[in-house]
Amino acid sequence: MADTPIGAFAPARSVKAPGRLRRRYSLLTRRDKIVLAVMVTIPTLIQLVFIWIPTVLSILLSFVRWNGLAFSDIRPAGTANYDFVFKDYPPFIPALQHNVLWLVFLAVIATPIGLLLAILLDQNIRGSRIYQSIFFAPVMLSLVLIGVIWQLFYSQNNGLLNFLLGTSGTPRAIDWFGDPNINIWAALIAATWRHAGYVMILYLAGLKGVDPALREAASLDGANAVQTFFRIVFPVMRPINIVIVVITIIESLRAFDIVYIINGGRNGLELISALVIQNLVGEGQVIGVGSALAVILLVVSLVPIVIYLSRTFKKDA
Amino acid sequence: MTSDKLSVLGNISSSQLNRRALLSGGVGVAAISMLAACSPGGSTPSGSGSKTTTLGSGASDDVPKRAYAAVVAAFQKKSGDTVKTNTVAHNDFQNNINTYLQGSPDDSFTWFAGYRMRYYAAKGLSAPIDDVWDKIGDNFSEGLTKASTADDGKKYFVPNYNYPWGFFYRKSVWAAKGYTVPAKFDDLIALSKQMQADGLVPIAFADKDGWPAMGTFDYINMRTNGYQFHMDLTAHKESWDQKKVKDVFDNWKQLLPYQSTNALGLTWQEGAQLLGEGKAGMYLLGSFVTQQFTDATVLADIDFFPFPEIAEEGTTAVEAPIDGLMLSKKGGSNPAAKALLQFMGTPAGQEAYFSVDKSNLMTAKGADTSGYSDFNKKLADVIGNAKSISQFFDRDALPAMANNVMIPALQGFLKDGTIDTANLEAQAKALYAAQ
Repeated sequence: MADTPIGAFAPARSVKAPGRLRRRYSLLTRRDKIVLAVMVTIPTLIQLVFIWIPTVLSILLSFVRWNGLAFSDIRPAGTANYDFVFKDYPPFIPALQHNVLWLVFLAVIATPIGLLLAILLDQNIRGSRIYQSIFFAPVMLSLVLIGVIWQLFYSQNNGLLNFLLGTSGTPRAIDWFGDPNINIWAALIAATWRHAGYVMILYLAGLKGVDPALREAASLDGANAVQTFFRIVFPVMRPINIVIVVITIIESLRAFDIVYIINGGRNGLELISALVIQNLVGEGQVIGVGSALAVILLVVSLVPIVIYLSRTFKKDA
Repeated sequence: MTSDKLSVLGNISSSQLNRRALLSGGVGVAAISMLAACSPGGSTPSGSGSKTTTLGSGASDDVPKRAYAAVVAAFQKKSGDTVKTNTVAHNDFQNNINTYLQGSPDDSFTWFAGYRMRYYAAKGLSAPIDDVWDKIGDNFSEGLTKASTADDGKKYFVPNYNYPWGFFYRKSVWAAKGYTVPAKFDDLIALSKQMQADGLVPIAFADKDGWPAMGTFDYINMRTNGYQFHMDLTAHKESWDQKKVKDVFDNWKQLLPYQSTNALGLTWQEGAQLLGEGKAGMYLLGSFVTQQFTDATVLADIDFFPFPEIAEEGTTAVEAPIDGLMLSKKGGSNPAAKALLQFMGTPAGQEAYFSVDKSNLMTAKGADTSGYSDFNKKLADVIGNAKSISQFFDRDALPAMANNVMIPALQGFLKDGTIDTANLEAQAKALYAAQ
């Protein structure tokens, strides 16, 4: 494309030898073009193979009945799977509610805790790095370890919490995992434990990036610490804030591991992602229903994504 | 977030119903390499007269793994055939059985009796072995024979071992309080009441993992409506939305006040702990519960009785999951594979297994039981005298029905004693139709 004779656009500008002109404006060699083609094709293929084709297949599979065995067993089902999910599948509505609760809790409790930790650790206190590592550690732990750790806290007869309350092994022991009114909060606290550390690291990076001159100016103008933070520092960190919002939404949509480890995502811990897994994996697979749930999760996920993208593009435009 | 992405994550999910994973105390995660691990590297020549065969084994825990190695060694010594064993992590083996049987499976593989056997038989993914049964048929009781037969009337399965479900209790606790084994359901309730008055949890119960409640459901159903109804209901030949099913839950409701109230937050191991410490009067579970009692004096103090009679006369049906071997479609033409299955169905084969794994019961008549403890003998008698042997719910029913419908439904029932049988039927209809 760069080879198109520039002269065609600017005939008046150049009357010199066309060959020389061509050489001068030919930015891409043959090799460059091959490299460029490869660089465009491979990511596109990866995107296609790992994202678009599976997505389309999931959508298609949500309209069939299939046991996951032979392809010849696939039968069209119309919207039967969606009817099933919405009308006959008791865990579905609780799962939707829990996903919303998860989002609200992370946004209102977990993220502010992460921000608070970041602000505290930004105050050049002694041992700041040690605290940082401690708070960030959960983010790096494997989910199996997280599961084990929280079982140790919450277990009815052997857990730390009931031990501290003096109720361990008695009928008064709090049933952290089994009581459906409590276990979602127990899981949310475990999730916060991880999410807050993640948010803290991001905000710490953001806080370090704030120009000290701004704070100086604010204090010269007589602003106190709180005013400085909310009027100056926080608004300056706008790019970080957007990232945090996106991360919080993503975390709440993909929430899965902790509830899964606690009780397989049942009995008060239903989340859409857990239902998808229950229906898609293992001997009990019902591909149609699992795919329908996955599509519903996709649609739900698209809402914040679309809002985010449209805002971003509006800003750029 | 596409389903495919999630399904990778989902390998983590394998352990839901699995006792072995729970035993090992963790959640199986390293599952992704499964497909590769499943297919044996080189396929075996399987023409007539073949002297080599392969065995796909899900017995990956230490004890069962060594036990199957002992079976294979004994078989090789006896027949001169060569067996190559491919062991795959237990959960992965179960979760990938669909892909495994459709790909290039081993000639024979470890599997379970019940619907799980009949399902793959009906799909043509496993080979019938009536000729093997002609030779080993006399070794097995009527119940075991029935449990090895698929819907087409052919045999597809050779039992290796099994273990009954029932009420386990501590003899010393019962002797001290003067309790006697209840023969009827009313006696069970009277006993429970007495235990509660004595400050015990009458019936230890732990359903955090969801599956243990199914054993209770199975028994109350069989004692209320009989073995055949259990089979027809799990095969969905009977509707869930009918009086017979409601009766089961009504009967269960009478027991609810005597079961551990906080069961939904307890693992079965914690339930066993209650029994071991003498805080619970009895515990309805499979005999694998004894694996939890590492203290020899406690172990020696454990006794057992079958679920008492309700409406059905007697206790002729017993819930006793059976594990054994099957042939894949490909293995059906390999005489060495058939010889291996035949060996598994003889006293010699089962003794070889039992010599290593003593936590299960041999199923072949004439097997040398001199290694059995009195407790083992009692368990074996209950199974030996049974007219019908049911499998655990998830082995007799469509697994999707067990995992996706019954676990949440039973947990809901345990919370407030109500159940929506019309919804159970609606879900069953949709799920069985997808098969």
